[in-house]
Parts: sequence; C-alpha cells; structure tokens
Amino acid sequence: MNEKPEPILRAEDIHISFGGLKALNGVSLEIYPGEILAIIGPNGAGKTTMLNIINGFYKPDEGRIFFEGKERPRRMKPDRIAAQGIARTFQNLALFRGMSALGNIMVGRTMMMHSNIFSQALYWGFSQKEEIEHREAVERIIDFLQIENIRRTPASMLPYGMQKRVELGRALAAEPKLLLLDEPMAGMNLEEKEDIARFVLDANEELGYTIALIEHDMGVVMDICDRIAVLDFGNKIAEGSPDEIKANPEVIKAYLGTAGG
Amino acid sequence: MTFFFEVLITGLMVGIMYSLVAIGFVLIFKASEVFNMAQGAMSLFAGLALVGFLEQYLQLPLWLAIICTVAVMTVWAYAVVFVVLKPLVARPPLMLFMATFGVMYLMEGIGQSIYGTQAKGLNLGIPDIPFEVSGIFLSTFDLFFAGVAAVLVIGLVWFFQKTRSGRALRAVSDDHEAALSVGIPLLRAWTITWIVAGVVATVAGVAWGTRLGVQFSLSFIALKSLPVLIIGGIDSIPGAIIAGLIVGAGENLGEVFIGPSVGGGIQTFFPYLLALVVLYFKPYGLFGKEIIERV
Repeated sequence: MNEKPEPILRAEDIHISFGGLKALNGVSLEIYPGEILAIIGPNGAGKTTMLNIINGFYKPDEGRIFFEGKERPRRMKPDRIAAQGIARTFQNLALFRGMSALGNIMVGRTMMMHSNIFSQALYWGFSQKEEIEHREAVERIIDFLQIENIRRTPASMLPYGMQKRVELGRALAAEPKLLLLDEPMAGMNLEEKEDIARFVLDANEELGYTIALIEHDMGVVMDICDRIAVLDFGNKIAEGSPDEIKANPEVIKAYLGTAGG
Repeated sequence: MTFFFEVLITGLMVGIMYSLVAIGFVLIFKASEVFNMAQGAMSLFAGLALVGFLEQYLQLPLWLAIICTVAVMTVWAYAVVFVVLKPLVARPPLMLFMATFGVMYLMEGIGQSIYGTQAKGLNLGIPDIPFEVSGIFLSTFDLFFAGVAAVLVIGLVWFFQKTRSGRALRAVSDDHEAALSVGIPLLRAWTITWIVAGVVATVAGVAWGTRLGVQFSLSFIALKSLPVLIIGGIDSIPGAIIAGLIVGAGENLGEVFIGPSVGGGIQTFFPYLLALVVLYFKPYGLFGKEIIERV
C-alpha cells in the first residue's frame, strides 16, 4: 500500500457481543481524511454496530478508538463525541418529527452555537445575532440539498426520500470532521438514489467532508467510494479499492454463497 | 344570560389553574416520557417554601421570597435528575415512573419536617374583591392569576419555539438517540426541563395556595389535572391549556345547570366522565401525538 496520511479515525481490534451473539469480532478500521469509505456486507454483518461504536452509542467490549490521533476515553458519551465532530444519519430515519425541515437542520447546529440558556432568555442581542448567523449557514445547506420548497413543512409530513435528505442536512449542519451515513439510499427509487449519490459526492469533493457510509446498492458503492471495507459475520474479510473488492474471492463467496452453490 | 357567563368565566378561571398543573406534567412527559407523580408535591413544596421565606422562618419581601423559592426548586431539579434519574437512563419508563413516586413521598416528607403539617395562609396582597364588567362579576384575584398563567404560557411557547435550548429540548422529546447524535446532552436537557417544570409548579402552587391555603391536599390537585391530561393529550402544551379550560368551564356549568336535576355533586366526577368520552373517540387526546407503531 502506498503512503497514506494519518487516519482521522482508527478503530483497533473492536469486539462487542450482545448476549451470546458476537456482533463484531476483532474488527479494525481506518478512515482517512477526505475519503469516502463504504462499509458493506450481508445483513447482520455488523455494519451498523460499527457505526454505533464509532459515534458512541455502543461501548466496545474490547478494542480502542483513536480520533484525530488521540485515544478516546472508553466511556465517552455520544453527545461529547458529536461535539468532537462526528455526525451521523440513521438507517431507519431519526428525524425530530414535530419540527419543520428547517428546525431539524437548525438543531444539527446545536454544537456550534454558544449562547447559554440565560443569555438566550435575557441577552437578546448576542443570541439573536448568533441565531441569524447560523440561520444563514443552514440556508446554504438547504440550497445545497435543494429542499428550499419544503423548509417549513413538518418533518413527519415529508415523503420518505425528502426525510432522508433532511436528515443528511441535519448531519451536514454540524460541519462534522467525520460524517457517518447509515444506508442513505435505502428504500429509494433510482432517481432519488442518484440525487443522494450526487449530494454525497458533492459534500465530499466540494465541501471536503470525510464520509463513511453503509450501502447495499453495489452500483452506487462502486461509483462513488474511494475505498471499501467488507464485513461478514462480525469479521472484516476484505478492504481495498472498488476494483480490488470486485475481484476478491472472499467477497464473492460472502455475497453469493460458497463456490459452486 | 349574565348568570351563564358568570358561571362560565368562573369555570374558565379555575380551568386555568388546572392547566397550570397539567403543563408541568406535559413538560416532563415530553422530555423523558415519564408521568411525573411528584408534580403535585412540587407545587406543594414550592408553596411551603414560599410561606417559609415570607412568614414562617424569614420575613423576606415578596420578590426576594419568590426568587428564593425558584432557587429551591432549581436545586430540587438538579437533585432529582442527578440522584434519581441519572442511574435510570435507558431503563423502561415504568422504572422512572416508580422513581417519581419516591420523589413525591420524599418531597412531602421533607416538606412536613421543615414546615410542619398545618395549613398555612398565603397572602400575596392581591385583593379578592369582585368587580363588575357589564353586569358580570369578576374576581381580581382570578384575573391576576389568569394573567400570570397567560404570561407563563407565552413565555414557554417563545422559549420552546425560538431559542436554541428550547429547540434542543423539543429535539430530545422527539428522539433521544437522534438528539444525542447531534450533541445534545440528555441529562442537561432533563435538568432544564425539570427546572422549567419546577417554575411552573411554583406558579401553580402559589396560585392554589393563595386560594385554598398551603396544605398537604395541594399534592392531590395533581389528580384533578389527570382528566385534563387525558382530554388534551399528555404531550401537548396547547392541549393542556385548552383541556384545562374545557374541564374548568364544563364542571362549573354542569354543576350549576345540570347538577340540581341529578342531585348535585357533578363537579367531582364530571371531568372524568368527559375524559372517558374523549378516550373513546380520540385515545391520544384532542391534541396528542398519535403514536403509530410500524409492524
């Protein structure tokens, strides 16, 4: 392998089990600044578990995680990890359903706003100025995702594809150092998938975001990703460029069953 | 007709008091999906503390006594969140619910041992003189608390809609995990919610305490706001306000106009009857969020 920069995130020998089930069995993973990494694998391979460990929802039984070169304390809370600059979306959509699209994306900026509760209640000037500044940033994201026409619509009333887009907007609003996308295109039609794929690519190329995503659509994965890591039954069975992965016999076996089957 | 309006308005005024208690429940339910049994006890404790600062132990001026009372309720909020709720994060809501029972008994017990068990008068210096507007008699006292309640509600709405912290709290109430993932600390959100609920409880406690005297039965006023919650929907602040008004007006009108023909005493069961009817047609209340589980 040629020389690579320091990874922004390094997971080292991660083990976790739920009851008797070994969900991850010594998986190591690096994510490098500026890349799009895809994590793929059959259902139940441990992909979402891996994201949940990276963003702190789960604590690994064993293994260490380094973010920007520093080891993360074992019991660090997910909200602190988000504050460090890791944002994510969810497989089954986790929007704030009572809020508008705009409200959802504004909440995504929580970490970047500093006026405390008392100044919000008393010191109008600063809080208001801050509110306006962030509102502008949020409008840029809304432009970027082309959702101007739905900004006032309550999230729960939006069609599925739009909800996915708003969720992406909420994650982008935090201007994260690392963006985790859990099946951003699941359940979409071809056109919607192309839209999201373009946003993901633009976010990476134009805005410079580092992205790790889980996706089942191999066409999309091969098209937009720089590197791919393949999980199967809690083990990492392959890692490399799209071309290397396509040719890897282990991967073919995991996806298509044993040779001759 | 004048008499009808008089009865109606008196009912609405009582209704506002129910709304105040109900809002406290709604706030905490929205933030943590817990029905807070201690809400009534919080009102009682706030009332006791105010009397303590005002007359019993210290003779502070009213404004200072109110500030001190709010400070006491803030300390309570921190204690409840960090001592009682923190170890129960991510446990089933039923466990949190049982914990609030404990908080209720604790608050009543501490209240008794500090302030004694006697009912105490609470006089804020608002005259309770009725005055007349186009033939209808209104009580200054009722109007004052209606005004306070209105200011409180507008303040709450502004806080939840316009400020970042308000938005963060709404986010927590919508989806805990998503809120964590954007960096909202759950415990701090809960603390703020309990402080706000404490302030609302203080207003409710003072309002009821001035009216009925600060006594331990205040803790049970909470039970009277149960039908309000059922009618309005347990997760809706506008619902709590409107249902409070409906219940207040309904029970008063019912008592005066239907009561005599069925032997009176309607007031005690009328709200529950109304709640039953609402439950039949709208199980999540008039304004409650319908929970649709995906199968």
